[in-house]
Amino acid sequence: MSSLKKNETPLTIDVFTAGLWKENPVFVMMLGLCPTLAVTNTLENSLGMSAATIFVLVGSNALVSALRNLIPKQIRIIAYIIIIATFVTMVDYLIQAISLDLHNKLGAFIQLIVVNCLILGRAEAYASKNGFTKSVISSLGMGLGFTLALIALGGVRELLGAGQLLGFQVFSPNFEPWVVMILPPGGFIVLGSWLLFFNYLQQRKITQLISKDKTSHCSITSN
Amino acid sequence: MSNANEQHKFPQSSTLITTLGVIAMLSGLLVVVVYEYTKPIIAENQRIATERAIFKVLPTAQTRLTFLVEGQSLTVADDKTIGELLYAGYDKNNNFVGVALNAAAQGYQDMVKLLYSYQPDTGCITGYDVLKSTETPGFGTKITTDEDFLANFNCLQAMVNKEQTGLENIIKTVRHGTKQHPFEIDAISGSTITSNAIGRMLNQSGQKLHPLIIKNLSLLKHPKAK
Repeated sequence: MSSLKKNETPLTIDVFTAGLWKENPVFVMMLGLCPTLAVTNTLENSLGMSAATIFVLVGSNALVSALRNLIPKQIRIIAYIIIIATFVTMVDYLIQAISLDLHNKLGAFIQLIVVNCLILGRAEAYASKNGFTKSVISSLGMGLGFTLALIALGGVRELLGAGQLLGFQVFSPNFEPWVVMILPPGGFIVLGSWLLFFNYLQQRKITQLISKDKTSHCSITSN
Repeated sequence: MSNANEQHKFPQSSTLITTLGVIAMLSGLLVVVVYEYTKPIIAENQRIATERAIFKVLPTAQTRLTFLVEGQSLTVADDKTIGELLYAGYDKNNNFVGVALNAAAQGYQDMVKLLYSYQPDTGCITGYDVLKSTETPGFGTKITTDEDFLANFNCLQAMVNKEQTGLENIIKTVRHGTKQHPFEIDAISGSTITSNAIGRMLNQSGQKLHPLIIKNLSLLKHPKAK
């Protein structure tokens, strides 16, 4: 118990921001790709799925963290799955209470949150090893990172696939929608394009660092 | 020695079972609390959605009554009744204006459920409202927006045969541009699977329920007299 506490890293802003960008679940860790590709054909669906995922992620990680010292490691995975399934069932009822239309649109993907590897992955890799507050803050950051990714996909797909955003017409009626964007291939195309863009930025940053390093090295040698 | 240590570290089965039992009870409690809290809200949402659909497919209706299908007869019921329901609409003078019925069939992605209106006097299906659909946006969703497709339902013939055992003609969806009869549905080009699902569900529902409606027409028209 005390050794666990000694191993814990301090609570900093990085705990929250890591999930947003540096360890973004979709664009960096490539987790939870099934709902990412399946329900991002409109921005509304993306927001609905994000809200449901945040609820399950934060709730299950909070409970896993609170019970982490009581759950024997031999049965930890089955215990985490029970906890995650509980929150998925709860969010299923809550979405039906909030909006039947949204529930119909998200369909089976609400129940499928239970097998979203992002949630089990965070429970196993983080919540089971860290305190309650840190787990909640980290999972909130991860959930918001997941939301950003879904918005990035859903926004582009709805805009190009239907010429709309949240149902409001953005392009003129003369715009011919790229229907492929709201079909399954569109999910792969847009996700691939975003990954290409982020990898390009990463590569450029590394190249700049290397050239800067070489310049400083040369100046030291010449001196 | 190390084996003995490992055995010592492994928790007893009773500990594992107790832990799982406690977690399962905690989970059950959370689910029950949320279920009990949301149950009346969900029921009300479903009632509102059904009500909205009924008055959409029967636009001249001001009031409506729910009927439960029991074998070959109908009985007045309320919305909480479990079973196969249909809805009769009445205008402001309490005149019967038509029946709204549920229908469902497998679409491209999942089940497509809709509520459609039937006029027993003319034998026409005159419109529908989609209650549940997860069809592909831009393709399957055209069943609510495609004007040519919706024109099929100005009066889709669904008359009952003389024996009152089924429909006079099978309602079916035909390839786009090949409709020849008033009981055929002209499919949407590119949304054939969803168009076929509409045809299948209307035929299935019509074969079963339209004869029943004709047999119980006097009850539907004058429910208070019975």
